[in-house]
Amino acid sequence: MLEILLDATVRAGTPILFATLGAIINERAGIINLGIEGLMLIGALAGFAATHSSGSLLVGVSAAFVAAFAAGSIHAFITVQLRGNQIVSGLALTMFGIGITALFGKQLVGLTIDGFERVAVPGLSQLPVVGKAIFNQNLLIYLSFFLVAAIWLFFYRTRWGLAVRTLGENPAAADTCGVPVNLYRFLAVTSGSGLVGIGGAYLSLASTPMWIENMSAGRGWIAVALVIFAGWSSPKALLGAYLFGGITAMQLRFQALGTTVSAHILQMLPYFFTIIVLVISTLRLQKGASQQPESLGLPYDREDRK
Amino acid sequence: MPDFLKIEHIRKTFPGVIALDDVSFSVAPGEIHTLLGENGAGKSTLMNVLTGLYHPDSGEIRIDGRRLSFTSPRDSLACGIGMVHQHFMLVPAHSVFENILLALDNLPNLFSRKKYRARIKQLIDEFQLDLDLDSPVWKLSIGAQQWIELIKLLLRDCRLLILDEPTAVLTPQEAERLFKVLRQLKKQGKSIIFISHKMREVMEISDQVTILKKGRSIASLTRGEYDERKLAALMIGADKIPEWQKNLQLSTQISLDIQQLSVRNDRGLSDLEDFSLQLIKGEILGIAGVAGNGQKALAEVLTGLRKASHGRIMANGEDLNNSSARHSYIAGIAHIPEDRKTIGIAPDMSIDDNLIMKSFKNSAFARGIFQDKKSIRRNAQEKIAQFAIKSGPEGTPVRYLSGGNIQKVIIARELSEKPAVLVALYPTRGLDIGSAEYVHKVIADGAAQGMSTILIAEDLDELLKLSDRIAVMFRGRLIGFVDPQNSSREEIGLMMSGETGENDGGEA
Repeated sequence: MLEILLDATVRAGTPILFATLGAIINERAGIINLGIEGLMLIGALAGFAATHSSGSLLVGVSAAFVAAFAAGSIHAFITVQLRGNQIVSGLALTMFGIGITALFGKQLVGLTIDGFERVAVPGLSQLPVVGKAIFNQNLLIYLSFFLVAAIWLFFYRTRWGLAVRTLGENPAAADTCGVPVNLYRFLAVTSGSGLVGIGGAYLSLASTPMWIENMSAGRGWIAVALVIFAGWSSPKALLGAYLFGGITAMQLRFQALGTTVSAHILQMLPYFFTIIVLVISTLRLQKGASQQPESLGLPYDREDRK
Repeated sequence: MPDFLKIEHIRKTFPGVIALDDVSFSVAPGEIHTLLGENGAGKSTLMNVLTGLYHPDSGEIRIDGRRLSFTSPRDSLACGIGMVHQHFMLVPAHSVFENILLALDNLPNLFSRKKYRARIKQLIDEFQLDLDLDSPVWKLSIGAQQWIELIKLLLRDCRLLILDEPTAVLTPQEAERLFKVLRQLKKQGKSIIFISHKMREVMEISDQVTILKKGRSIASLTRGEYDERKLAALMIGADKIPEWQKNLQLSTQISLDIQQLSVRNDRGLSDLEDFSLQLIKGEILGIAGVAGNGQKALAEVLTGLRKASHGRIMANGEDLNNSSARHSYIAGIAHIPEDRKTIGIAPDMSIDDNLIMKSFKNSAFARGIFQDKKSIRRNAQEKIAQFAIKSGPEGTPVRYLSGGNIQKVIIARELSEKPAVLVALYPTRGLDIGSAEYVHKVIADGAAQGMSTILIAEDLDELLKLSDRIAVMFRGRLIGFVDPQNSSREEIGLMMSGETGENDGGEA
């Protein structure tokens, strides 16, 4: 029972994890991206379409990354180059993503592909309790484990990561140290968006190997909230994403057991939980445990006279 | 020796403002070159041009005779030009180590933390600095933060170091130490551009002085060619300086009695700790201290912008901190804030509107529920004449006025209600000498009419000249009082670094 629940937790949490990691990269560079929901859909559709026409999952995942990267570059151009309003641009990106995937996804509805299969790690997958949940999963899930560690190392052990973190805190400081502010910010936004796209592709290539309109169903917004919960750190993002995965897995389990509670109420639980998490993390922020990048949401203009 | 740096006819304009008109000067290797000029003369703008932050409209920058055009700080760093900015370019949330790391020019993307730690540690030890590499920068004093900025430059092997008013955040003793380091660097053949408007320091350290006035370089003088008087005359030029006299007769009435006031900040640390003070009617009480030692918190509590966590502020026998009298008291206290553009004025509104912000409910400015535009205009005209505000055409947003004139608008508004207490936080910061003297005059005149002033300033000379008493603050505490008539800068400086003033030979 516990084994099954843990396994379902990881599987339900992974798309949110990818999206949260992508959003963290955006926000660490000081750019708020509210287009996560739209980017997930774009990634989901591009991944599904490419896999369907090529027959290769690798091509599908790459296509998801590239499509979301391209869509993210719209946001990057508006917020970094033009120094536009990040909130408005991000919301527009979400609208754009929902609209364009509905339009181009029409002819793909009902088609099927062979999605990602489980690949057991020899030996380790036989571990009691956690073995199945961690070491008998599909390749995308292994990729997400790798990314959590890699992103942490990137931010805290490389010069590039230090530069990106400085951009989010005080872009002027980075500028006077010779860091190309706009280039790095642009790359952070686009590559972060690409990761979000892979999160979307997980939905259409692994969770349910088909395209359903608006299939991200608010997971992008959960990711936006999780960034705050995770304190802009990738290991904590893993924790947060699995927390939501766990709630989703449990409510599915409840439904399967046939409780008398309405399915609608159960399906609402993860979103309800998002609100609670936001309240708690915001209170924590106000108490001064702030990890929030100080220049988050502020455009940088070198010649601005303060 | 040929010049290392040569600047010719630099011009830089911002929308509506000519920041630099025509500036030329040159710096030789191993020279300490001072840029002297009043605030607003364009010193910082010029340096931002030199470090590639601003792009000049016209003019030339030559290094070793080669003409260069900087498009970003990267380019100027590559030429060996580094700068300690007046507003530090540090990340408060990052550790000292991380802040310094990013400044290294040859840091590989994957680097050995151990190796670079050792290298930075070595430099810190060389200058005998007390810096903890793992401490986040926000925990450090402003003086220590400045050392980090300097270390960043030294690790880069800069050939020209620019320091923008570095002594503003140091005690006189710390400034002395900085000068020692600068002389040491000079011996190594590095050039230094030193920006200041404190005459004493300029006389002490410069080899060459260039004077800027209203965006133009009006003279470059070599050591020996100038004295204090000559520099001052060049710097101020034909500007008229208002005269004022200090009120020497103090009353015994107490206008404000501050008892054991404590204030905590969002990080849970004390900005103000157990602070007690009695303000006498008609007194100008100076507050000395290195910036960031609780002066701002004191001003904010007194003017009602922040709440005290503990303690009382007594006036007329009532505690204003936690009583219904709070509002009327706060309305009656005049405040010249530190950041005049963000909290002193509403920058997009006109002078007329800004002047009545405290008294817009007054029936003189209302006609029923509507504003009486005519009387508001009349009020503005009176104040503009009385305070000699250079205002531009009617209805001009205040943001387009110069710093000095904005300050006059704030003062005109704050003093219009005849307040009993004025809290002035760095009231002359960023003003030219004429405007600064005008502010002094207003404060002194107010004192003669019974207004008490708490004057928080960073320039000791200003405090010594104006105050009846000087209180010294350190880390949110009151260290002690000094009498401006018979105490020296050194004495105050020692107290500013936390030494209590009990060295009269009594205990030793």
